Amino acid sequence: MNIHEYQGKEILRQYGVAVPNGHAAFTADEAVKAAESLQQGVYVVKAQIHAGGRGKAGGVKIAKSIEEVRQYAEELLGKTLVTHQTGPEGKVVNRLLVEEGCDIRKEYYIGLVQDRATSRVVLMASEEGGMDIEEVAEETPEKIFKEVIDPVVGLTAFQANRLAFNINIPAKLVRQAVKFMMGLYKVYIDKDCSIAEINPLVVTGDDKVMALDAKLNFDGNGLFRQKDILELRDFDEEDQKEIEASKYDLSYISLTGNIGCMVNGAGLAMATMDIIKHYGGDPANFLDVGGGATAEKVTEAFKIILSDQNVKGIFVNIFGGIMKCDIIANGVVEAAKQVGLNVPLVVRLEGTNVKEGKQILAEADIDIISADSMADGAQKIVEQVR
Amino acid sequence: MSIFIDRQTKVIVQGITGSTALFHTKQMLEYGTAIVGGVTPGKGGTEVEGVKVFNTVEDAVKETGATVSVIYVPAPFAADAIMEAVDSELDLVICITEHIPVLDMVKVKRYMEGKKTRLIGPNCPGVISPEECKIGIMPGYIHKKGHVGVVSRSGTLTYEAVHQLSEAGIGQSTAVGIGGDPVNGTDFIDVLKAFNEDPDTYAVIMIGEIGGTAEEEAALWAKENMNKPIVGFIGGRTAPPGKRMGHAGAIISGGKGTAAEKVSVMESCGISVAETPSVMGETLIKVLHEKGLYESCKTH
Repeated sequence: MNIHEYQGKEILRQYGVAVPNGHAAFTADEAVKAAESLQQGVYVVKAQIHAGGRGKAGGVKIAKSIEEVRQYAEELLGKTLVTHQTGPEGKVVNRLLVEEGCDIRKEYYIGLVQDRATSRVVLMASEEGGMDIEEVAEETPEKIFKEVIDPVVGLTAFQANRLAFNINIPAKLVRQAVKFMMGLYKVYIDKDCSIAEINPLVVTGDDKVMALDAKLNFDGNGLFRQKDILELRDFDEEDQKEIEASKYDLSYISLTGNIGCMVNGAGLAMATMDIIKHYGGDPANFLDVGGGATAEKVTEAFKIILSDQNVKGIFVNIFGGIMKCDIIANGVVEAAKQVGLNVPLVVRLEGTNVKEGKQILAEADIDIISADSMADGAQKIVEQVR
Repeated sequence: MSIFIDRQTKVIVQGITGSTALFHTKQMLEYGTAIVGGVTPGKGGTEVEGVKVFNTVEDAVKETGATVSVIYVPAPFAADAIMEAVDSELDLVICITEHIPVLDMVKVKRYMEGKKTRLIGPNCPGVISPEECKIGIMPGYIHKKGHVGVVSRSGTLTYEAVHQLSEAGIGQSTAVGIGGDPVNGTDFIDVLKAFNEDPDTYAVIMIGEIGGTAEEEAALWAKENMNKPIVGFIGGRTAPPGKRMGHAGAIISGGKGTAAEKVSVMESCGISVAETPSVMGETLIKVLHEKGLYESCKTH
């Protein structure tokens, strides 16, 4: 799960991690009020969307007066920002962060991530701040330093110290940087983060070390014990169909094609997208109905697929293991009746109770094209939508 | 022969009184798996499906002599359940539970350091040595006893591969699901090693997916060490970057973990990679013919 920059900074502040003073604003009036409370000459007005690359897309403005704050706030609110992370459709700005400007002397990068190779949390840092860290890793890997953290003792002061010196934080500010990193690690652990990235971390003209930006992502599996984080979820930032699917425990991801897919199991669902593409088609979604799907879930899954205007055909690919094919078949028939199926439907059933399942489909009063294998089904649906 | 589990394996079920666990305990017993006990704190002394329930893993192990545990405990308590099994020095713990917080697994892995227990999973379908022992949630009937090892990050794709093999008359020695989480126990290399040393496994199917670099590392290891042919498949060739495809570990991030990269490394290491999921079986059979192993792998 993602949250906004201003929400992330609020959490950091609670943990004593230095961030610039600032307030969130939903209207231009609120933005002005926020700026006034800062009592300072230079303000930064930042569009709050769940995507990086805002600066380049014109979503970050420096205002030299309260009037300019109003002007920029009016300009940004309601605007669609297109960054390299939003996709071509962009994202509408509904929230702003108004912050005090600061005198940046140098920018750095600090990030905590989950490392698969070591099964540990790793603290990464670089003096190439403000840049895309993947780019730094590609071009100048020697400028990235890492500390692997033992979960029993946590991030140690000597590790933070070593990292600070390695990225050439001015010696007199190293203690501040260490405190910053220790606080950030505590946030990461306490809040079940999957990423805590500060890019840039800055050293200012008045000798402060602080987070100019904050990207906190959270492990979805940890949210059951993070009620306060769950409250920060911004539904405007998420795909409506994905929100609907999550209510029914369906794992759904919107894609751009025209073949709706319904599959059991994540691996098979991905492979189904692949095979559709292989035969020249284009999947409209990834959808895993899971192992415990009921007729009701299958019906909901159908509704979600059909709510996508691009869908010109549906491919149901089920390998019944514990999941029985007759239950799926009943769900498909029920759903087709309820939602008034008006696009071609190809169904491939295999596994437990496959005979019963196929019989239910054959006897049902709906047009179903049955397939004998994954490849057969994929070819048939691709033909149908052509 | 098989790897990790066989007819003699004595198994306990952690969280046995939950509905999912009960259902699968019944399935496993029907398959012939020696389920010798179950564990649910507070339910010790009772019995379900003819299986004795204990309050702790320690009690269960002491009384039954079990060496393997399978975990169906809900995600918030699953990490603790794994550590309890490790503490009782079981040989193997298979964790079926999905949605365990990553940071819990980080602690579990640290706890396991220097201890003897092997962990498979979490978020996996389990392990089956056909016609001998089934531990997990896979449909038993699609499997056939034989000489092809299967190892996979995905449950249903494993079934797909096994089904293709069985239909073509090619049995399996053992099928291992290592799970779709980013931090897990046994990895591809551990399983490949075991298959390499198993005299009854003649060839292996390795099924990976996008995310991480486990497939690449396994391929490089296999190139140096494996003396049996491997056929591969990678799911997610068409997955968009930055989106988590169901499994917590299946995500392309920062341009890393793409299917194209994995396929290219695997092929450069001599692994034949199936172009589509529907030809995993076919691809293996082709390789068996090339290596002169087809007749010995064919179930008669």
